[in-house]
This record gives sequence, structure tokens and C-alpha cells, in this order.
Amino acid sequence: MTKRTAYLNARLLDPASGLDTIGGLLVEDGHITDIGPDIFKDSVLSVDQTVECNGLCLSPGLFDMRVQVRETGEEHKESIASASMAAAAGGVTAMCCLPNTTPVIDDVSVLEYIARRAREIKSVKLFCYGSLTRRLEGKELTEMALLAETGALAFTDGVKSVRDPLVLRRALSYARTFDLLIVQHSEEERLVDDGVMNEGEVATRLGLAGIPAIAEVMMVERDLRILSLTGGRYHAAHLSTAAAIDAIRKAKREGLNVTCDTAPHYFALNESAVDDYRTFAKVSPPLRSEADRRAVVEGLADGTIDIIASDHAPHDEDSKRLPFAQAEFGIIGLETLLPLTLELYHNGDLSLLDALGKITCAPAQLLRRPFGRLERGAPADLLLFDPDKPRRIDESTFRSKSKNSPFDKRPVQGCVIRTVVEGRTIYSPEA
Amino acid sequence: MTRTQPAPDTALYRFPHRHLLGIEGLSATEITAILDLADAYVAQNRRHDKKSDVLRGRTIINLFFENSTRTQTSFELAGKRLGGDVLNMSVSTSSIKKGETMIDTAMTLNAMHPDVLVVRHPDAGAVQLLSEKVTSSVINAGDGRHEHPTQALLDALTILRRRGRLDGLTVAICGDVMHSRVARSNIHLLTTMGARVRVVAPRTLLPAAIDRFGVDVYHDMREGLTDCDIVMMLRLQTERMRGTFVPSIREYFHFFGLDREKLSYAKEDAFVMHPGPMNRGVEIDSELADDIDRSVIRDQVEMGVAVRMACLDLLTRAEIAN
Repeated sequence: MTKRTAYLNARLLDPASGLDTIGGLLVEDGHITDIGPDIFKDSVLSVDQTVECNGLCLSPGLFDMRVQVRETGEEHKESIASASMAAAAGGVTAMCCLPNTTPVIDDVSVLEYIARRAREIKSVKLFCYGSLTRRLEGKELTEMALLAETGALAFTDGVKSVRDPLVLRRALSYARTFDLLIVQHSEEERLVDDGVMNEGEVATRLGLAGIPAIAEVMMVERDLRILSLTGGRYHAAHLSTAAAIDAIRKAKREGLNVTCDTAPHYFALNESAVDDYRTFAKVSPPLRSEADRRAVVEGLADGTIDIIASDHAPHDEDSKRLPFAQAEFGIIGLETLLPLTLELYHNGDLSLLDALGKITCAPAQLLRRPFGRLERGAPADLLLFDPDKPRRIDESTFRSKSKNSPFDKRPVQGCVIRTVVEGRTIYSPEA
Repeated sequence: MTRTQPAPDTALYRFPHRHLLGIEGLSATEITAILDLADAYVAQNRRHDKKSDVLRGRTIINLFFENSTRTQTSFELAGKRLGGDVLNMSVSTSSIKKGETMIDTAMTLNAMHPDVLVVRHPDAGAVQLLSEKVTSSVINAGDGRHEHPTQALLDALTILRRRGRLDGLTVAICGDVMHSRVARSNIHLLTTMGARVRVVAPRTLLPAAIDRFGVDVYHDMREGLTDCDIVMMLRLQTERMRGTFVPSIREYFHFFGLDREKLSYAKEDAFVMHPGPMNRGVEIDSELADDIDRSVIRDQVEMGVAVRMACLDLLTRAEIAN
């Protein structure tokens, strides 16, 4: 029997088509079957359920393309179940997980295990990257094509850069054979050395070893040279510096097949968040200067930066309540992705549709998923949200097992009212 | 003693901080108060009977996560001269899982109700982190390359007693500024007190944006020392000498080691300081280091005890006020 749900009086927002109108949406058997301003006008449509949206925004659910779930190996920090709950509460209906688990996702069997766990939990859609090299060692390529057949969406060594230019050349070249995407953490490790935050006045004052901003652009520029030789699809992850964004801008202008993303902390914070040795603001790449932060906003506005991903990196207290140099790198982000992205809209840097596009259709298009848009036939992965409601981020409400967010107590606007995956409501605050 | 700031009455003065974690953030008045009290303790330390009962019944724990002989001894003596009970704890960071143990150790010690914890740690910010977990006062005895406030205070007292003032003096800080907590604390203190500070080092040994700290930057010893009142040498860590930050000891000493010839560019009565322990023949000529007319290195050690007595005294007073 067909189950029909009608969403009424919504502000329909579809970044892919540019749709922004008051109207309704019909979901049948987990798919969108009708959408538009007039669809419920004159019909006495028989539906099983109606959802009154009261003029709030109904958009595709968010697709967070850079998440660490820590399962398997570090389930005390996060698990597929807890990350799924965090995602649902954050309006995220699909996420793609880095392969830096234990064991590493460098083998079909590991990928199949995680896929099975995700099916059992049956919450948000969970995808994985395959590792680019075996055991993330940066030497031998993984069975990329087999992994892709099993469901790996792209290939990356996660939080590590592929250092060896020959390995990257072969990886891009081989991946091109199968039209696969390579994702790189762009940082020249030798320049990072023992650095723990951005190099500059703040680091000098705190007596912390600095990471120079050029460590990022050097790797990006090297990679772009290799890409111009091999062709293929290359994506630079979580860019944080003006110079690297500029390098991507130029490469795009020259027609290279390159994309990139950034994370909310790179446009919402700068290095001053580290003051007082706040280890929750310790992240890789590090929070940069104010000029870099502005360049990230500009890169998002002019389209150089295609995507915003949360870069969700959960860590327990024991990993963060340490002297700064010893603390782990990473910030959680699934539950703050929406309000921080909406800051770009509220600050007047991006339109509401453009901001939403960075977290819905853009990652879906890059990773070739059929969702992330409101159109007939698409899966009913939906997000109902209030874009304006003022509130403070409160770590005590986080569903994530870890609480390592530098955004606790930050005043933001926007909150999730309902998260829907294939027609099924997986989160609503009243429930 | 001439002063640049009106000094509060040292006997009644209440230090407005629970901890001494760094010089950054201290006002000129607060610094002057510590120095005035320390100056009085120099006299006590020169008496036949050196002991008083200011800290009677008080417990001071020296908690050192990094090896130190001088600083630890200096604090120990300071506590004992004031009649306090002093306990030394050295924790090797290599033999234990770092950090976790630091907080665990601090919590354990805290339960024994010490009045002051004197803490040294190889990581910047570690002493501040520890101070947030305990109920006692905490004195930073050096945290990574961040700060070493009592060293800067004892340097200031040494200068004050020789020159009668800090403001208007030109001080050249020479050597490994990048890895030096002594340099950072001294820069904060001297600039706060109105001295003119120069840093002199090869570019590899200067931290980023050091020019934003109100100092003048030099890369040539002769230029940097010209018309200086005081030359402050820093220790070069041996592991940084071999080809990583500087090519060799020989080359370093040739260009940045202090000898009589380079010192001749400073004022005629300029004197030389060094926080110790010295690398003779690396950053300082051995003979010059021993020249009591030019080198005040032994004064610094003496002032160290007095300054630490003043700090212990002031921080425990603040506690009484609480």
C-alpha cells in the first residue's frame, strides 16, 4: 500500500533549481512525487499524513561529505549510531565518512561491514571513502575500482596528505581510468613539523609552535601540477588559507577539473579562538588569520569553494584536556553545520539558496548521489528548518558522544524542525 | 631605589591575582610591588640569620615535569627562608603517559592542601591548565616556550639594583628567542616598564611576528648592541645547533656569540646577563662570563631567591584575603 505524506504551506527551497516559493510537497513511498505552489490547491487529495510547515523552510536534507565516525576502533569517541543521531539532529540526511578507522577502510570487507552496520541502524544515509593507499601509508594504492563497486564514493587518505608525488600521480591516473574522485588533505607535512596552531603573533605570544599558512598552498599547487599532467578528478578538502583558495580559483579558470570545500570553523573563527590554550579550537589545518577567514568567505561567495563540510572529528575529554601541544586535532560539526552555514546568509555574504547549495546539491553532485534536490522522483530526504530563530549553541544538547566544539554558547540563528530520510522522520525536537 | 611607578606599601600590599602564570597581563604597579618586596628580601638573605616566619605553617610543593636544578633550588630556598614547608616532586614526562598524569598528579597533590604549587612543564599552557584544576595558588616556573615570570622578575631586580630604573634603558636580548620562555617574559616585563627592547638573532631563531611585540629586531650583533645598557644572552639548546637552526657551533659563536669585541659596541658600562646554565664558547665567551666587572650572572642567581620569596609571600597573602 502506498503511503502518502503531504507537506503543506512550506517555503520550498531547492538550491539545484533555484526554486524559492511557498507551496507544498507530496511524498509517496519515500520519494518526492509532486512539488509546487499549487499542488494541493483544489484537490481533496487523500493522504495518510499531513505536515503543516507554517511557512518554514523545506529544503533537501544536508549532505555532509567529511565526517569521522570513529567506528570501528574508537567507539568511545563516536559510533555509527551516535553520529547518525547527531547528524539527524543537525538536519543532515547523508554523510560520507573518512577511511581513517581501525581497521582502515582499504578493503572491500571493511566497507561491507560498515554498510551493514549502517543498514541495521537505519537512520541517515551513510557512505564511505575508501583509503587511497593501503593502511594510509602513502605507498601502495588500494583496490580502488573494487572498493568503488562496493560503494566507496571517493578516495582519500583522510587526515593525511599523500606526500609522495609519484603515488599521487599514479593514483590520479589510475582513478581516471574508472572516473573516480581523489580527495586530498592539502598540507606539506615537513613544514608543519611540530606545529600545533597557525604561525603568527598569537602562536608566538602563547609560546606554541606555528604552522605556516604556505604549508597548505604548497601542497595544493603541487597537486594541481600533477593534475594538469594526469587529468582526472581532484578535490582539495577543508581549505583554510587565502593563497590556497586563490590557487584553486586560478586552476578553475584554466579549466582544470578541480573542486574544493571548507569547514564552518574556517569562515566562522580565526586563530584568536585558540587564546587561553583552548584545545577545542585545535584543528588541522589550523584556524588561520582574519585575512584568511575573510578569503574563505569570499571564496564561498564567488563559487571558488564549492562545498561546506563539517569535518566532524569527535574526541573524548581525555584527548582534549591536555596541554595544547599534546591534545588531538579536531572539532565536531554535524550539529552545528546548519546554523554556522546560515551565518553566511545572515551576514549578507551569500543568498539563502547559495548557502544551502553548499551543503545539499553541491556535495551530492560531486559525489554523484541522486539526492540533495527537491524534484519529482528524487528520494524524500528533507529538512524542515527555521532559518531565523535565535538561540545559543549548547553542548549539553549534542547527540554526539564527544563535545569538542569551540562553538558552545555561540549565539546563532536557525534550527532544525524536522529531518526526513526517504519519507521517514528521523528527527524532530518535539518527538 | 628610584622607581618609575609609585610603589604601594609593601607590607600592606595585596596582590590582585591568585596565580603567577606569566608577566603578560601584569601592570607596572604590580610588577613594581613584587620588585620592591623582593628588594627587601635581598637584605634578609644577606643577614646572618636568614630565616623569617612569613610562611610558617604553609606548604609549598615544587612540581617539576622538566629537569631543573637552579630554579627548583631557588624556589626551595625561598620557601624555607620564609619558614614554609617545601616539598620537591620531580615527575619525568617520558616515563609516564603525558598530560593525564599531569592533571592526576595535580589533583592528588591538591587534596593534600598545599598553599602554593610551583610548576614547571615542557608544554606551553600546561601550568595554566593545571592552575584551573587546583585550589592552591600556582607559580609558573617555566612552561614550554611560553613564559618564565620569576626569571624576568629577577632580571628586572638585578637591573634595578644596578641602574636604579628600568624605563629608558636599552636592553638587547640575544640568541634563541624563538624557543625561549625567558625572552618572552622579559619582553613583556621590560616593555611594560618602559625599557626599550631589542632582539638580536639569526632569522631562524626568531619567532613569527616578533616585531609586533614592541621590540626592535636586529640580525647583527654589533648593530644590535650599539649603545645598549644591558646585554641579555639566551641559552642555545644543543639539539638546535647542529644544522637545523644554525649550521654549527663555530659559525654561531663567530656571528652571535658574545665576546669583548662585540660587547665594545654597547655602552661603556653595559653589563651582561644570562639566565643560565651557560654554554661557554657557544653563546658567550668563557672569560667574559667570569668577568665580575661586566657579568652580573651571579647577581641574577642571588636576586632569584629574593624574587621568589616575594612571589610566595604575595600569593599567600592574597589567599589570606580570600
